[in-house]
Amino acid sequence: MNIFVCVSLVPDSTTKVKVSSDNKSIDENGVSYIINPYDEFAVEEAIRLKESKGGEVTVISVGTDKAKEAIKKAFQMGADKGILIKTSSADFDSYFVAKNISDYLKDKDPEIIFFGKQSIDFDGLLIPSMVSELLGIPSVSVVVKLDINDGKITAEREVEGGKEIVEADLPVIIGAQKGINEPRYPNLKSIMAAKSKPIEEIEAASLDSRTVINEMKLPPAKTGGKIFVNGKDDVPELVRLLREEAKVI
Amino acid sequence: MSKKILAFIESKDGKFKNSSFEVISEAKIIAEKLGSDFTVLTIGKTDENEIKELAKYGAKKIITVDLDKLNSKSPVQGIKYSPSAFAGVISEAAKKESAQIIMLSATSLGKDLSGRVAIKTDSAVFNDCIAVNVADGKITASRPVYAGKSITEISTDCENILISLRPNVFKPEISDNTQIEITETDPDSLNIEAGDFSSVVKDLIVSDEKLDVAEADRIVSGGRGLRGPENFNLIENLAASIGAATGASRAVVDAGWRPHSEQVGQTGKTVSPSLYIACGISGAIQHLAGMSSSKCIVAVNKDKDAPIFQIADYGIVGDVFEILPEMTEEFKKVVSN
Repeated sequence: MNIFVCVSLVPDSTTKVKVSSDNKSIDENGVSYIINPYDEFAVEEAIRLKESKGGEVTVISVGTDKAKEAIKKAFQMGADKGILIKTSSADFDSYFVAKNISDYLKDKDPEIIFFGKQSIDFDGLLIPSMVSELLGIPSVSVVVKLDINDGKITAEREVEGGKEIVEADLPVIIGAQKGINEPRYPNLKSIMAAKSKPIEEIEAASLDSRTVINEMKLPPAKTGGKIFVNGKDDVPELVRLLREEAKVI
Repeated sequence: MSKKILAFIESKDGKFKNSSFEVISEAKIIAEKLGSDFTVLTIGKTDENEIKELAKYGAKKIITVDLDKLNSKSPVQGIKYSPSAFAGVISEAAKKESAQIIMLSATSLGKDLSGRVAIKTDSAVFNDCIAVNVADGKITASRPVYAGKSITEISTDCENILISLRPNVFKPEISDNTQIEITETDPDSLNIEAGDFSSVVKDLIVSDEKLDVAEADRIVSGGRGLRGPENFNLIENLAASIGAATGASRAVVDAGWRPHSEQVGQTGKTVSPSLYIACGISGAIQHLAGMSSSKCIVAVNKDKDAPIFQIADYGIVGDVFEILPEMTEEFKKVVSN
């Protein structure tokens, strides 16, 4: 099968965010970057598909040179080749990414395109469904189980309080959610093999983002919490305050 | 000419979701600030009395689309609904109403629809917003990024904007309006084609009727301090005493004690309930990111230096195994009064 996976590089989830001096982005000093955790589920699902049905897994990332790190992680897990759609800065929106990926894929005959259901930096959940519309192929987001048979997919999609069983024809776009699989840890052999896998670089299209960030700030800090230290003896007073002061019970 | 708004609202089992009232109230406020008006759109089966109730939130005009009629256009039979067809209906309705602003709630469905509708209508997306502002006729919005570790102010030069509102953040406001004009629109008039049913929902599996953490107004979460999955009955009992949903930290989900649908945090769900009770959760930064916008945070932890206490409005330092049963009993007393 002709399988694609789209990945991004994000600050580690343990990052304590500081705003940079431009007041529009985060201060990258001391931040360690990782492949977006949801993208690991996407890569794993792609590799498993290749292992069961044959084919090739191509990884795509949109970003600066740094985004190659995410592609390399996918290589270590077993992806075959990489495409970096290269940008001059990290300042772009979901539409920019979706349009660039769609433009690249439109003549590549993808049979299935995997994404992580969202990135943990901008949390948009927009790109898979935008690519779906731009390419005119179906997409299913937040997928926790996927079966492919005879050119059709059946997916379980997580929604509030349950799951939807969704059907669609190939080619299809899948947004992978935690639970769909257990991503593998690369072994020494696969790490060594990853070093020789090629990354093709192409220039991103010059188009404007539709949404712009005017300002980034930290949420207001909380102060003045009432903390009791006498264990269960303080419970009645706490519950009284929740009722009478906070009015939440 | 000021921009008109189309407000898409959701129903479940014939009743409108609470998030729908939030969307209508906010659409009314934005329309007033823009000096324009708004039309509500709903797809599904809701009875006329339910629809008339929407007037009190300020809705004066609603378009209804019958789900069975819409589904009958699907080439696949026996479907519950199709998210791609919903996106088609919203986009077509916006064009018909000449609405340049589309508002909806950032629920599972809303998130699934936003990207699709944005492409169909050439809109910029302000998604998962916690505030929407209008200054000199221009709309800006606040949206959390990095799971709430920081907040961005966003704007656009696009003519069309799709705005999704984070559930549970905007408060439904009652107005003195009592009149609502209901128009049923036939899907045949909306230019919906077979191709719009590219993905179809064949079935819905409800997970034992439990309240979902993403929608709940009260949440009781448990972490590693509970010591094992067998002790989560303490969390469930406490949650039951105040009608709360149960949540969990990443540590206990990764350990397999709780399902990942309960996970709160940067790689789980971001929540902002009225009340969040964190039990035996130390407060790793990625957990705090997912719940720190809760209106009232209560922490129970044996370690007085746990980071969770720094963002707590109320806290008790002590043993969860003693405190949680006591709190459950106290809640029961208070709630029954």
